[in-house]
Amino acid sequence: MTPVAGPQRSPFEDRASLAFLALLAVVAIAVPVLNLSVPPSSAFHLSTYALTLIGKYLCYAMLALAVDLIWGFCGILSLGHAAFFALGGYAMGMYLMRQIGTRGVYGHPVLPDFMVFLNWTDLPWFWYGFDRLWFAMLMVAIVPGVLAYVFGWLAFRSRVTGVYLSIMTQALSYALMLAFFRNDMGFGGNNGFTDFKDILGFDLQEDATRSVLLVITTLSLAASYCGCRAIVNSRAGRVIRAIRDAESRTRFLGYRVESYKLWVFVFSAVVAGVAGALYVPQVGIINPSEFEPINSIEVVIWVAVGGRGTLFGAAAGAALVNYAKTYFTAALPEVWLYALGAIFVGVTLFLPRGLAGLLPAASRRQ
Amino acid sequence: MTVVPSGGRQLLWLLLAACLVAGPASGQGPDDEFRNLLAELRDASFADKELIADRLIATGHMGARPVLTALLEDRLFIRQQDQHVFIVKSIGETLTSYELIDPVSLDDTGAATPDELAKIGTNNRLRRFLRTTIARFALASPDVEVRLDAVKELLRSLDAPAIELLRQRKGSETDSRVTYEIETALALASLDDGDSAARVSAIQTLADRLSPEVRNRLAALLEKADDGSFAEKDEAVRAAAADAIEGIDTARSIYTGIETLFFGLSLGSVLVLAAIGLAITFGVMGVINMAHGELMMLGAYTTYVVQTMMPRHIDASVLVAVPAAFVVAGIAGVLIERTIIRFLYGRPLETLLATFGVSLVLQQLVRSVFSANNRSVVTPGWMSGTLQINDALAITYNRLYIVFFTVIVFGILLAVLKRTRLGLDIRAVSQNRAMARAMGIRSEWVDAMTFGLGAGIAGVAGVALSQLTNVGPNLGQSYIIDSFMVVVFGGVGNLWGTFIGGISLGIINKLLEPYAGAVLGKIFVLVALILFIQRRPRGLFPQTGRAAEAA
Repeated sequence: MTPVAGPQRSPFEDRASLAFLALLAVVAIAVPVLNLSVPPSSAFHLSTYALTLIGKYLCYAMLALAVDLIWGFCGILSLGHAAFFALGGYAMGMYLMRQIGTRGVYGHPVLPDFMVFLNWTDLPWFWYGFDRLWFAMLMVAIVPGVLAYVFGWLAFRSRVTGVYLSIMTQALSYALMLAFFRNDMGFGGNNGFTDFKDILGFDLQEDATRSVLLVITTLSLAASYCGCRAIVNSRAGRVIRAIRDAESRTRFLGYRVESYKLWVFVFSAVVAGVAGALYVPQVGIINPSEFEPINSIEVVIWVAVGGRGTLFGAAAGAALVNYAKTYFTAALPEVWLYALGAIFVGVTLFLPRGLAGLLPAASRRQ
Repeated sequence: MTVVPSGGRQLLWLLLAACLVAGPASGQGPDDEFRNLLAELRDASFADKELIADRLIATGHMGARPVLTALLEDRLFIRQQDQHVFIVKSIGETLTSYELIDPVSLDDTGAATPDELAKIGTNNRLRRFLRTTIARFALASPDVEVRLDAVKELLRSLDAPAIELLRQRKGSETDSRVTYEIETALALASLDDGDSAARVSAIQTLADRLSPEVRNRLAALLEKADDGSFAEKDEAVRAAAADAIEGIDTARSIYTGIETLFFGLSLGSVLVLAAIGLAITFGVMGVINMAHGELMMLGAYTTYVVQTMMPRHIDASVLVAVPAAFVVAGIAGVLIERTIIRFLYGRPLETLLATFGVSLVLQQLVRSVFSANNRSVVTPGWMSGTLQINDALAITYNRLYIVFFTVIVFGILLAVLKRTRLGLDIRAVSQNRAMARAMGIRSEWVDAMTFGLGAGIAGVAGVALSQLTNVGPNLGQSYIIDSFMVVVFGGVGNLWGTFIGGISLGIINKLLEPYAGAVLGKIFVLVALILFIQRRPRGLFPQTGRAAEAA
């Protein structure tokens, strides 16, 4: 195992960070302009469909960032991050459902349609407060964070590591999926939430609203990137990398390994939750299939393809794989799974450092 | 079939009437005689129909019982155009055409719309008569099962003639099961006896019966009317009935418990079967094989292919499919190991990703070859049906066979690992690769064989799953998480751990189901497992020694 010391900030990483942030800035400015200001007749016009797609990729990039932070830097392979993503999404979805008000099919002023359909008369207690955006946003961070804290506290304290931990996170995600599929949980069962109308009074179908959401997503992605980068570059970040490379040795040096792991895990879960909350208003639906364990594995693949332990590589990997998915499923649907499978196998066999490993300067890192 | 020109019909009726007055004509065949009797039903009064029914029975014709049963159930019709009598398979408001059965030959003879048919009517008295007649006829049958069914049918609606009939039959009955049911029926009848001692003794007879009819009947004795009086006046009889009900309830709940345990055992067997191949690749080799579920899927599809190749020997097809699936999945496993996994040893998380890619490719392969729809795999005759142990406990054969099958597969696997040269090599390599190589074991070959063995077992599990669930491209995915749970719960690298882990998870799941429902029960089990792993991070039976340190 390579010692963790060495240059705190390799020149490449800083340049890469700047390039990444600059790219995000370009996206945040160019995409809304091309969509809103350029007339549809022009060749440079960006369709609303494309705008939504880019917004979706940015949310995925944020999720990939969260996974890269704990997998690439702390060595915890979480197969449950899609669950944190979905929990954030559900919290946002609850707010959006309350905003529908009397415009639902049944026109009930308080209860969402599916509750009226199930003959419920009162709003369940856990829906209180979700008519306000600030409360929903608080829950977007708190719910995945608390779950990650409880799970991580139990798991890291008893030194569940490696494959065992991965499978436990998968079990957690699977259990949540089964729970959210139940109608009497009060989260819409199979169908989840959809048919959203507006957010803070702005129509979700409007191009302008969508553009603002995209800008907010880009800013959140940039903020999470900077946050993750700050953690990784800090003193704590070096301990985290030490834990990845030699957990027992770090423990014997006197570091409280559990606490470091726990806080990185919680932070990562919160980032995933925020990504989910930004995802839901843009795609317009959230349902229990978001919890499916296969989704979490796909996130790990994005990170592996982009290059684990680089942050920007993970974000790029998410965008690339998902672009490929969009392209293949439309053009050659029967080839998509072959292609995805081949990417998995090929990347693990031939590109253990992902696409970022192809960059010349990156191979010198560590 | 006699075709009667419509003009000659009147004449024929006259002739028939003449024959009847003269008694059964000696010149007629049994079929003709039977048919003629049937024709009489059309214009007969209800009282005459009783007589005709008696004479139909007297002919001893094989059609007599189906015809009378049909008459009882309003399924006996006359076709308007030719006045022939037919049995209708099933009647219903929504059916636009009735399927007809010829009452003499009992063969299917096409269909007719309800408008073309006229029902042969019955009244209450006739129906009561028919029920007793049919039962008497059936009680005299040489077939034990027919007699048993007849007694059970009578049990449901006991009346004076039925009781009389059973009493007569009791003396001459030789089969113990039929006698048992007759005693039940007679005891139920004695509950209405005027003498309270007789009622108490009847209750004592009924106390060890398990059927819901008996329990309901006894419970009825204890019911209280609005004016505070009991249905049963005598206090001693009521006490006896209360005791008997308590006994019946205890016995029934014990049998229900046994049934739940058995369901758990069969679910656990499925889990063990699915997980055991994984226990080898994951436990012995340290490879997380996410394509394990898809290898099971290959086994299930092999069963389907074998069945399409030998459609006339479905009973044997499953037995052929077991080795075939082992070979198919085993070869696939060896290929996966040789082309991908051998480059990834010592990097368990990477094997997870690569094998997940393999699983996607295999799923899509199956979709391309067999289409995305589920394929139907036939259950052989000897695997379907139920083993009825008593009124409260029934076990389906396919579940029973799965349990046996799992035990056999597990036994063979243990024998291979403990008693063969390959098993020795596998254990040596898993404990200390470098030392094993120094001793001259070709570790590469052992790796390929180990993975092939695990994959082959997955294929065999797929054959079993094809009998339980739909065979489709997603078959593997639905079992992979459960399989991992079993392996982690039992303790990696320990086959007995997997066995005990799988069986106990199956039983816990089924025990929780009645209280929490299937989904909530499963969630409880998952959460309990997550908590359990905190207490014992290496499972129920953790590996000890050098192998554990290397892992």
